[in-house]
Amino acid sequence: MPTRQSFDKALAELQQDILRMASLVEQNIYNAVQSLVNQNAELAAQVIMGDEDIDRLYWEIENKCVRLIATQQPIARDLRVAITGIKILLSLERMADHAVDIARTTMCLCDRPVIGAMEYIPRMARVVQQMVKDGLDAYVHGDVEKARIMCGMDDQVDYLFAHIFRDLLQAMREDPGVITQAAYLLYVSRYIERIADHATNIGEAVIYLETGEWRELN
Amino acid sequence: MGRLVAERLTAAEEAIRIKMEVQGLSVHYGNTPALSNVNLAVKANHVTALIGPSGCGKTTFLRTLNRMNDLIEGVRVTGRVLLDGEDIYRPGTDVVALRKRVGMVFQRPNPFPMSIYDNVAFGPRIHGLRDRRRLNEIVEKALRDAALWDEVKDRLRSSALGLSGGQQQRLCIARLLAVEPEVVLMDEPTSALDPISMLKIEELIQDLKATYTIVIVTHNMQQAARVSDSTAFFLSGELVEYGPTDVIFTRPRDRRTEDYITGRFG
Repeated sequence: MPTRQSFDKALAELQQDILRMASLVEQNIYNAVQSLVNQNAELAAQVIMGDEDIDRLYWEIENKCVRLIATQQPIARDLRVAITGIKILLSLERMADHAVDIARTTMCLCDRPVIGAMEYIPRMARVVQQMVKDGLDAYVHGDVEKARIMCGMDDQVDYLFAHIFRDLLQAMREDPGVITQAAYLLYVSRYIERIADHATNIGEAVIYLETGEWRELN
Repeated sequence: MGRLVAERLTAAEEAIRIKMEVQGLSVHYGNTPALSNVNLAVKANHVTALIGPSGCGKTTFLRTLNRMNDLIEGVRVTGRVLLDGEDIYRPGTDVVALRKRVGMVFQRPNPFPMSIYDNVAFGPRIHGLRDRRRLNEIVEKALRDAALWDEVKDRLRSSALGLSGGQQQRLCIARLLAVEPEVVLMDEPTSALDPISMLKIEELIQDLKATYTIVIVTHNMQQAARVSDSTAFFLSGELVEYGPTDVIFTRPRDRRTEDYITGRFG
C-alpha cells in the first residue's frame, strides 16, 4: 500500500499555490511596466491594489509551508520542497513590491513628457520578465539546466542597466528640465534590476531543490 | 615543515578514529542470507545509526559487533569485524572479554530483580571486584554517567523493578557503563519508552559519545537524525548507503534511501 499520499498531495498543492501567486506577480510586473511606458495611471493604481491580494496569498502559503514542516517533519527532498517553497515565495513577494514601486513612479511621471532615454527600460523589462517566466518553468519542470541559463541572463540585465544609467545621466546633463523624470527612471531601472536578482534566487532555489546544493549564480 | 607535521598528525588521528571496521561481512541463518558483503567503518566517539525496514539486517549487523549472533543456532558469519584492528571472529577470541568491551542495551529494559545498587554492581562483582568502597565509587559514577544518580541516590537499596521504564533503561545503561566498555551497542533503546524518557536517553547518548563509541539501531527516523553523526541504511541484507547523517537526511544519494527516510517505502 502506498504511504504518505496525503502528504504528497499537500506538497503538490503547495507548488500549485506558489504558481498561482507567481502568475499574479508576473501579471503585476507586466502591468507596472506597461503603466509606465503608456503613462497609464489607472493601470498603475490596479497594480498597487493588486499587491494586497499577493501579500495575502504570500502569508497564506507561507503558513501552509510552516504547518507542513511542523506536522510532517519533512526530510530529504520533501524538506527541500518546503524550504524552496518559502524561498521562492519570498522572492515573488519582493518582486511584487518592486512592481508596486514602479507603479508608484508611473503615478509621479504621468503628467510629464516622456524622455528619450526611456527606450531601453522596456527592453530591460522584457529580459527580466523572460527570466521570471523561465525561472518558474524551471521550477515546474525541475529543469536545472533552464534555471542555470536563466541565471546567466542576469548579465544582459546588468549590461542594459549600465546603459540606461549612462543615457539618463547624459539626458540630465543635456537638459536639466528632465532631471525629475530621469531621477525617477533611475529608480525604475534599479527596481527592474532587483527583480532580475530575485529571479536568479528562484533559479538557485530550483537547483537546490533538484540537486541538494546551493550555488550562488548572480 | 610545521604544516607537514600537522597534516601527518591529522592523518594519524583519522586512522585512530576508526574504532570498529567491518569488512566483507556476510551472515546466514541456515540457508537464509541475512547480510551480504557489508563494509562499514565505525568511527570512535561517534554515534552511528543503523536504519532500515524490519528484516533488513540492521539488528543482525549490530549483533555481529559483539558476537551476540553466536548464541543463535545455525548462524554462519563470514568476513572480518575488527575492533581496534583485531578481528573479533578469529579463533581463540575471548568472547566474554569482547562483550565487556562491546556492550549492548536492548529494546526493553531488562533490569535484574534485585536492588538498583546490585544491578549496577553486578558486572564489577562478576569480574571479581569485592572492595566495598571501590564498588560504591563505581556504582555512583555509572549512575551519574547514565543521568540517573539524582533520581535514585536515596533509594539505592530498593528494587530496580520499582523504577519507571525510562529509569530502568538508564539503569541498564548504568549497569553497562559499570564494566567500562569501549563500544555501546543499542538495539532500539527507546522504542518501549514514553517521549520524555526517550529524549532523556537521547541526551544521554550525546553525553556518552565523548567517552564511548555508540552504534544504535532505531526505527525512529527523527531519532537517527537527532542523535547520530553517521547513518547507515540497510535494505534486504545490503548496506545501501552510509554517510554523514546530515547528508543522508538532506540529500541521500540512493533513491531507495530517499524513499525509506521520507516514508514512501513499500
